[in-house]
Amino acid sequence: MKLTIFVAAACIAALGGAASADDGALKVGMITTLSGGGAGLGIDTRDGFLLAAKLAGGDALDIVVEDDQRKPDIAVQLADKMIQSEKVDILTGIVWSNLAMAVVPAATAQGKFYLSTNAAPSALAGKGCHPNYFSVSYQNDNLHEAAGAYVKDAGYTNPFILAPNYPAGQDSLIGFKRLYGGDLAGEVYTKLGQTDYAAEIAQIRASGADSIFFFLPGGMGISFLKQYADSGLDLPVVGPAFSFDQGILQAVGDAAMGVINTSQWNKDIDNPANARFVEAFQAEYGRLPSLYAAQGYDTANLLLSAMARADISDADAFRAALKSADFDSVRGDFAFAANNHPIQDIYVREVIKEGDVYTNKIVGVALEDHANVYVDECNM
Amino acid sequence: MTPLLFIEQVLNGLQFGVMLFLMAAGLTLVFGVMGLINLAHGSLYMVGAFAAAAVAGWSGSFLLALVAALAASAAAGAIVELTVIRRLYDRDHLDQVLATFALILIFSEGTRWLFGSFPLFLDIPDWLSGPVTLPGGIEYPLYRLAIIAVGLSIAAGLFWLIARTRLGIRIRAGESDREMIAALGVDISRLYTIVFALGAALAGLAGAMVGALQSVQVGMGEPVLILAFVVIVIGGIGSIKGALIGALLVGLTDTLGGLLLPEALKLFMETSDATATGSALASMLIYILMAVVLIWRPRGLFGGAT
Amino acid sequence: MNRERMVNAALLTLLLGVPLWAWATDEPFTITLATRVAILALAGVGLNIALGLGGLVSLGHAAFFGIGGYAMGILASHAQSYTPLMESPFLLEGTKSMPVIWLVALLASALAALVIGALSLRTSGVYFIMITLAFGQMLYFFSISWPAYGGEDGLSIYMRNGFPGLNTLDPIQFFAICFACLAAALWFNARLVRSPFGLALNAARQSPERVETVGLGTFRLRFVAFVISGAITGLAGALFADLNRFVSPNMFSWQMSGEIMVFVILGGVGRLYGPVAGAALFITLEHVLGGISPFWHVWLGFLLLLVVLFARGGIVGLLAGRRVAHD
Repeated sequence: MKLTIFVAAACIAALGGAASADDGALKVGMITTLSGGGAGLGIDTRDGFLLAAKLAGGDALDIVVEDDQRKPDIAVQLADKMIQSEKVDILTGIVWSNLAMAVVPAATAQGKFYLSTNAAPSALAGKGCHPNYFSVSYQNDNLHEAAGAYVKDAGYTNPFILAPNYPAGQDSLIGFKRLYGGDLAGEVYTKLGQTDYAAEIAQIRASGADSIFFFLPGGMGISFLKQYADSGLDLPVVGPAFSFDQGILQAVGDAAMGVINTSQWNKDIDNPANARFVEAFQAEYGRLPSLYAAQGYDTANLLLSAMARADISDADAFRAALKSADFDSVRGDFAFAANNHPIQDIYVREVIKEGDVYTNKIVGVALEDHANVYVDECNM
Repeated sequence: MTPLLFIEQVLNGLQFGVMLFLMAAGLTLVFGVMGLINLAHGSLYMVGAFAAAAVAGWSGSFLLALVAALAASAAAGAIVELTVIRRLYDRDHLDQVLATFALILIFSEGTRWLFGSFPLFLDIPDWLSGPVTLPGGIEYPLYRLAIIAVGLSIAAGLFWLIARTRLGIRIRAGESDREMIAALGVDISRLYTIVFALGAALAGLAGAMVGALQSVQVGMGEPVLILAFVVIVIGGIGSIKGALIGALLVGLTDTLGGLLLPEALKLFMETSDATATGSALASMLIYILMAVVLIWRPRGLFGGAT
Repeated sequence: MNRERMVNAALLTLLLGVPLWAWATDEPFTITLATRVAILALAGVGLNIALGLGGLVSLGHAAFFGIGGYAMGILASHAQSYTPLMESPFLLEGTKSMPVIWLVALLASALAALVIGALSLRTSGVYFIMITLAFGQMLYFFSISWPAYGGEDGLSIYMRNGFPGLNTLDPIQFFAICFACLAAALWFNARLVRSPFGLALNAARQSPERVETVGLGTFRLRFVAFVISGAITGLAGALFADLNRFVSPNMFSWQMSGEIMVFVILGGVGRLYGPVAGAALFITLEHVLGGISPFWHVWLGFLLLLVVLFARGGIVGLLAGRRVAHD
């Protein structure tokens, strides 16, 4: 019977045993969410990243993918494993800001590079910025700022705004107000993970608002939109792309039709890199790519471009190569600001239906060559 | 705040409470009759929602979807009872907690295995969509009114079932003395399977009805499960009446608390501070309510001696 | 030497031997895993005092685990940013010293256990399970929405805290610290079981009426056990935060309470070394299964189910072959 324990010990030992293949390939550790309710986002990130690696020939990157279960302590543990035992050169893949906050400072402090495929909290853009940390997606505030700018440009004067009561939610409303700057009909923080918005919808109805801005990622957004559509209220709705992404639009259905959302990418951005990506993604996986897939794809391509210009063993040269962002982004023009966050256009999209599939089309540009407000706080 | 808005919010709280009741009723029945803590009750809620979404997607009929949800969750409940749960009746609460915790893992990831990682689509049927105008000029979604009606009629049905039918007599007898009714020739293990499947079906129905309002996704059951536990503990475990009162209390506290607390704090705080503090407090409110009730009455509002 | 003692000795040797062997062969991650096992086992030892000895099924021990974690996070973040914790009525500075942090974690979680215990112990049975859960959830939601210390994002501590004379950044030295804490807690637990207090508590679990009859207050016995239990779990929380160099509301979540309870039950309720066996098996499974299948939670679920249904008394019970945990 003691066998069980010895088997267990042997297994613990075997985990450490995977030696890194030293064939010149760059070792990339991807920590992302592959199980539980948020798995769709992590799977898209991974698939986009792997697709770029495959299109580039497949042997330049040696990629280890692990599931963080959306738990910060698991993410930290995986980062330790990848750094200590897999000896990776680059870390990437985290979807959620709170997980990024747990992993990124420690990883960069140990001299590793971290390329963010999605999460980009303000704490890592300002005082907490680091030369080895690059956000390839955006700065968390960006899409909310764009929504604020759009609402202002569209001539709305009395929007009602709501977001969940957690740091990303608070950043979201602050970001919106930064570029909107006018009066508000109301401002509400909902519970994180809340699924019933009847009370908030009643407040909106009573507030006399002329438009609604909301940031409710994942299932929260699906619930809000369905309940809003059923409430009989008919105000224009604006939000960041997260609630209107390819992965979840099908679950929202008709309730999302016509909703305006802001995004730095869409599948109809007209450039060759994007056309190739959208086509290859559909051919490989049999579904339309999402924003997260595009971010994963761009991250891998940025990495490949830096590898072509410098060797990872020369960290300074490699860092400079990353910073020059010399790759064909699916978003078109792309550069890094001083704090290693993107300077890029942010588009206005509208939800439409193509045949049976709900998707987005670009209807305008909210912000051109937009960076972020934290650049000046970053000293590096 | 206008009186009309207040009434609308009370309706919202009522509707939320009725949904919680459907979850809590099964949980409290199972506990009262079999003495079992079932953490996997939330998974049966999820099974109902997924079954409904799958059948609605295939057939386009919402009623058929509801039937499917009832059938699938009752079947899942019966299977789980026959294979796992019945081995747990004579165990202590600890073993029950661990075993049903294990069931959550199996159900959640198993569902993701079957249905994929993206949320499914389930919509309100056309004939129940849109708002109706209530007396006094309140515009209120018809579907939510329908939920209130369905929930209350199920509550009435349950009271009738427990008080007036043969099955109800056996259930009540099982609650008070299970050796005795076994000795009197009642097939106790079949009774348990029926009660468990009934509780599961109620959870599945709740999942399907809520699924149309919210998103049908893996893990949707757990937050509701915790709330359902709060409800039955406030009401007194084993009591259907307690579950109903507890559910309405929790529903109203949660809805009105989130609305009134920030408003109240605005009287002596800055607006944005009041909003943040108010919502922080509001999210703790039902747990505070539960703690207060238990400190005041350690067996809940309608709990007997167990 | 009876079989349970042999099993215990084997467990301890293994938990010490595997990281030493990993150290010799330069596998730092294996040491990290073993450290995790030691810390989570410590949390389990804490819960086991309430659960196994006192019969108090607490589904809210994440509250203490999280308070310990935040004690570390708050003190270290103030030291990290050179801002005092408070200036009036007296100056209170943050700290990066482990012993001080441990002391604060022990005191803070004991204080929390004092309040939660005093209120919760008025109830019993399922109501006790649920009221402890409620307190855990209160702290969980509070920590998410309270912005001062990072809210849901949590707090990142860039450097592991220091221990006089040791380099805590070296995995094996940090493991040694955690292992020493676990060993101390196990020793304390063993003493407690044999002490008059432990015997009375055990009796209060098995037959409360008799204990009341001989003039011992069951409430007071349980209350003290609950506070000790919370304090030890709080210490584990501080160490866990130091292992990850990070704290977040996740430490307060009910799943965390559930996991700590799983360690205890998996290992064997009331068995002195049960939490050690449970935590070791759980962490090992998490890693082995996690590498095999993306849906590994399903297999973990089946495995847990098999343990509950067919291996009563947990792993230690299975290995030691005696179903009764207490003599």
